[in-house]
Amino acid sequence: MTSPDQPTPDPVSNGGAESVGAGGAGVDTVDPAELLAGGPILELLNGFIAELREAGLPVSLTENLDAMEAIRHIPLEDREAFKYALAATLVKNNAHWRAFETVFEVYFSLRGSKYAIDDDTLDADLSDLLDDDIERDGQGEGGGQSGQGGGQALTPEELQQLLYQAMMKGDEALMRAIARQAVKRFAGMEPGRPVGGTYYLYRTLRNLDLEGVMEKMMEASRQQAGEDGDPMTALEERLERDEFEHRIDALKKEIEAEIRRRLVADRGVEAMAKTLRKPLPEDVDFMHASREEMVGLRKALIPLTRRLAVRLARKRRHNRRGPLDFRRTVRASLSYGGVPAEPKFRHPRPHKPEIFVIADISGSVAAFARFTLMLVYAISGQFSKVRSFVFIDGIDEVTSYFEGVEDVTEAVHRVNTEADVVWVDGHSDYGHAFEVFHNKWGKEIGPKTTVIILGDARNNYHASQAWVIKEMQHRARHVYWLNPEPKSYWDTGDSIVSDYGNFCDGVYECRNLRQLEKFVETLT
Amino acid sequence: MTDYRFESVPEVREGLRKVDYLSDEGIAGIVYLADRLQKPILVEGPAGTGKTQLAKSVAEMIGARLIRLQCYEGLDEAKALYEWNYKKQLLRIQASGGEGDSWETVEDDLFSDEFLLERPLLEAIRADEPVVLLIDEVDRVEVETEALLLEILSDYQVSIPELGTITAKQIPLVFLTSNNTRELSEALKRRCLFLHVDYPDMDREKEIVLTKVPDITENLADQVARIVRSLRQLELKKAPSVSETLDWANTLMLLGVEQIDADTASDTANILLKYQSDIAKAVREFAADKQGFKQFAPGPK
Repeated sequence: MTSPDQPTPDPVSNGGAESVGAGGAGVDTVDPAELLAGGPILELLNGFIAELREAGLPVSLTENLDAMEAIRHIPLEDREAFKYALAATLVKNNAHWRAFETVFEVYFSLRGSKYAIDDDTLDADLSDLLDDDIERDGQGEGGGQSGQGGGQALTPEELQQLLYQAMMKGDEALMRAIARQAVKRFAGMEPGRPVGGTYYLYRTLRNLDLEGVMEKMMEASRQQAGEDGDPMTALEERLERDEFEHRIDALKKEIEAEIRRRLVADRGVEAMAKTLRKPLPEDVDFMHASREEMVGLRKALIPLTRRLAVRLARKRRHNRRGPLDFRRTVRASLSYGGVPAEPKFRHPRPHKPEIFVIADISGSVAAFARFTLMLVYAISGQFSKVRSFVFIDGIDEVTSYFEGVEDVTEAVHRVNTEADVVWVDGHSDYGHAFEVFHNKWGKEIGPKTTVIILGDARNNYHASQAWVIKEMQHRARHVYWLNPEPKSYWDTGDSIVSDYGNFCDGVYECRNLRQLEKFVETLT
Repeated sequence: MTDYRFESVPEVREGLRKVDYLSDEGIAGIVYLADRLQKPILVEGPAGTGKTQLAKSVAEMIGARLIRLQCYEGLDEAKALYEWNYKKQLLRIQASGGEGDSWETVEDDLFSDEFLLERPLLEAIRADEPVVLLIDEVDRVEVETEALLLEILSDYQVSIPELGTITAKQIPLVFLTSNNTRELSEALKRRCLFLHVDYPDMDREKEIVLTKVPDITENLADQVARIVRSLRQLELKKAPSVSETLDWANTLMLLGVEQIDADTASDTANILLKYQSDIAKAVREFAADKQGFKQFAPGPK
């Protein structure tokens, strides 16, 4: 962030200059040195590492030892350094960074003398800052309150006003103080109440009206620009908005951190770490991903496809040796006096498979189909041809949507909105969809074709028409079925996976990116 | 080995700044730790964020020679570690033909230092002066080849069957870079400190532009950094890297631009972005104000 020895662009430097890490929300918190003095740091670190393992990070024993060694070399009172030292030794995959950060926040931001849940200090903090602020700005309003524990005496309107000012200036210290004050006031946290952090977050944010603040700020900068003579262009406005959004995000993070801090104080570290535990991006279940997780998944998909493409291309080149290349062997034998000492082989030219993707895009499994289509098209260079069909109770070919389009996301979006997949009522009917497929396109499946069917096979008790799959199996090279449901749910209720599975070369459970990646790799 | 290269994290940071590399707390901290723990650093991150530059700058900072091993598919021991100079060995045998050297002496001679061709890894181990070893794009070698790095990374030694084990005279600072085109093996990762270099945040990027682009105004640098940050938030095939940001800033300077407006940005977007679809998206974004865009964006389905 800002470096200490450079003049910072932000106008206020009341502690605002102290560096806050990239995602760093936690502040004034522990001082690991204090922990070390008592010796419990080892114990804490062990708990910390155990929790990381619980969260799914592969931390080996050597890495554990490295971490212990590393923290001996850094000044422990520097929390940022402490964090990076642990991260460098324990986290070896960037996708795991968020999980690490959460666990770190829980374990190391919560104790120490400076950590004051106690409200007097909190108010004093705010009023101190407030005083500074007033002195700096030379504004008279609110000046009378400083004598009597200011923060508490602030009316909500004043707090709102203060928030607006802090955001406008990007004053980190003041924002932090406001975040704490806001949580204290609005979240309504009670000890022992079994409610998750999101609830408190929601309550706090509802009372702060950040949207309103945003609008006010935009209005103010527009006015400012107007006064300066030239009104803002669309681009400038957009940049300004980005900046403010950035600040609002920072404030939200502060609020989350404060809530977490209080929750930990209430419930203890282990319990809290457990509730905050989230699956790693590659383990997120397609069918139950939250919106935020979806965004994470999309981000994880891009590097994944790149990796996969490289790996598949490499595998193709190296996997097999071709037949003996007689001409080149004789040519090489000349340098050994005619003895064919070094046999040469033809480069293998393995065929690229042709892929037919047939995907159920009804509500419950839409997300899964979307991801698989994106993945398949992102690595379509590895296949000689990709054709895709989507169905609910009707079926439609959507290959053309992807042709000549660089942006797969957009194409997938079009698939979801434009494809003609509803026949009667828009409830999945695998049987009918397969039948239509057979009549229209069944003959185009050839011995080079690999058919991949995506869906949970929940057929709403319609006829299965499994003979279509049997027919496919005869014609095609392979038929695979990917089911996004956990294996234990298969063949329960209206799921008839096995009816179809009998005629497939493989039925795979495919609930997360990890499983999907593994499957795609077996394809070529 | 008790004398360390660096006293403290701020010292590293300051030193890097002097050679025009603007690090952040994390980067400087890990370089410092690598020296203290005598461990290699595995630097990972998107292309164009200064991974290779970091190694170069550290070398420059401590006045060490940089030895670079560029990895590629098919890299083997003979190219990375050492090789016997067999032509010279043949000559030696032929030369000894007439005189009655016993085979034992010839054999001893053949596998001596004289006939050994040093490759980067061995060179780094045997160097007398301080060196920084850069193993670039380590993700390009096959998993099996990675194994040849393991000995040198954990023990700073190389075993040559004919000569025995050669141990490092001084522990070099080692950087490995990876573009993450494949997952590196656990064994390799375990031996390294891990550093993820991401796109810098806005303030740092602005500083980088200010240092690297001569005569640029504060105002313009600020705008450049802001626009690039906005672009990175979009879903692009390839987000603009730091080096592309610098190219762009340079271009703007050459064009004599003082204030970036939507038209200038759109006209020069091809310097920041390398895919037609990305450019189209960016131009659309520059023109539309965000409010409007948001309203029409598809909501959750």
